[in-house]
Amino acid sequence: MSALGSLIRRDIRIALRVGGGALIGVLFFLTVVVLMPFAIGPDLNLLARLGPAILWLGALLASLLTLDRLFMADHDDGSLDLILMSRTPLELTCAAKALAHWLAAGVPLVVATPVLGLLLNLDGSATAAVALTLLVGTPALTFTGMIGAALAVTLQRGGLLLAVLVLPLSIPVLIFGVAASNAAIVEQGTMSFSTPFSILCAISLASLVIGPFAAAASLRHGMD
Amino acid sequence: MTLTELANPTRFLSLATRVLPWLAMLTAVLLVFGLYQAALAPDDYQQGATVKIMFIHVPNAWLAMFVWGVMSVASLGTLVWRHPLADVAAKAAAPIGAAFTFLALVTGSLWGRPMWGTYWEWDARLTSVLILFLMYLGLIALWRAVEDPSRAARAAAVLTLVGAINIPIIKFSVDWWNTLHQPASVIRMAGSALDKSFLTPLLIMAVAFSLLFITLHLAAMRNEILRRRLRSLQMLQASKPVALP
Repeated sequence: MSALGSLIRRDIRIALRVGGGALIGVLFFLTVVVLMPFAIGPDLNLLARLGPAILWLGALLASLLTLDRLFMADHDDGSLDLILMSRTPLELTCAAKALAHWLAAGVPLVVATPVLGLLLNLDGSATAAVALTLLVGTPALTFTGMIGAALAVTLQRGGLLLAVLVLPLSIPVLIFGVAASNAAIVEQGTMSFSTPFSILCAISLASLVIGPFAAAASLRHGMD
Repeated sequence: MTLTELANPTRFLSLATRVLPWLAMLTAVLLVFGLYQAALAPDDYQQGATVKIMFIHVPNAWLAMFVWGVMSVASLGTLVWRHPLADVAAKAAAPIGAAFTFLALVTGSLWGRPMWGTYWEWDARLTSVLILFLMYLGLIALWRAVEDPSRAARAAAVLTLVGAINIPIIKFSVDWWNTLHQPASVIRMAGSALDKSFLTPLLIMAVAFSLLFITLHLAAMRNEILRRRLRSLQMLQASKPVALP
């Protein structure tokens, strides 16, 4: 357990320090959201209608941007080989690394959401709903994305391929995340918030199980 | 002959060479017969002659999902038994599956235009099949990104098994979400909803398309084995010390 704990602490520390790139994700998220009014016009009602979708897309792209650092940096400095050789089960190590990645890169996105919601003219309850769905949904993005990151780390130039492989897998998360947010904002009363929200929770829990095993398998097979 | 004997690439090659001409002939005969039966089938009282697109569209859609299933089984073979023939089977199936998926999407949208008034609709079945097509393309890209075939096989096998989650979603999408696409009508607990005059040609076409897949798959596997032999011969040639003049 102490090995996993120190691994999580190490990953978070690297991610938050200079060149770690976790907080760049938030900056990217902000930039995507700021770009939207330029693309679709500054109509505040339209922005409030599209708000959840914009926030979800921004978070999805931002988490994708930081994903390839999950194993790539360790691969470059050789510590991935040490992790593979250690006595801790690789599945647990993968889960710990994904948890650290989510804490360093996913949680800041959720924290930034209320500020960005102001820019998109979302009211308090709507912002809370979007932030809640992001809080539940971003672990699923990290844990499914980890499979792609583990596949890409064994390739020579896997960065672009990572996006192609991961994005189709993240579509269900996007669908139910936006559906739950929309139910809380646009169709208040006509659609239930809890149905898509619980499906989103289920997807997150399932990816928590599948992700580490698939990532560990592809690391084990890819690195030898 | 046991399965392990059959799984020997050399034995497989000789068997495939013997079986392929017969399979190809049988496929051609059955395809012609099925198309003839489909042409004889009556027009639908609502849809008119356009219902005949079904005889091409439905087998393509079935095969699109079936090929991913074949690849998933082959991926298990790759990961569990590390058998090189399983790698070959998975790799050879991916482009064929992508082609079936593409044809299902194209014929579906050609059918959708007169029936639903639109080429494309973002409903659950259509969207999930489009995702399947994207995943086929991603998988082919992954196969091509890794130079060493056995490493590529293991990476692709993991992705194939993760992507297999999509198959039940496609199958049940018309039951779970109430959308434009019609619900399942051929394979149901309560028996088929199709009239016999439509069902018989459809089943013949389904068998013909399955045979077409098996023929193409065997041929592609044979080509892939030969390609790998060629590659290893080239590597051997390149690693030989050069005699200096």
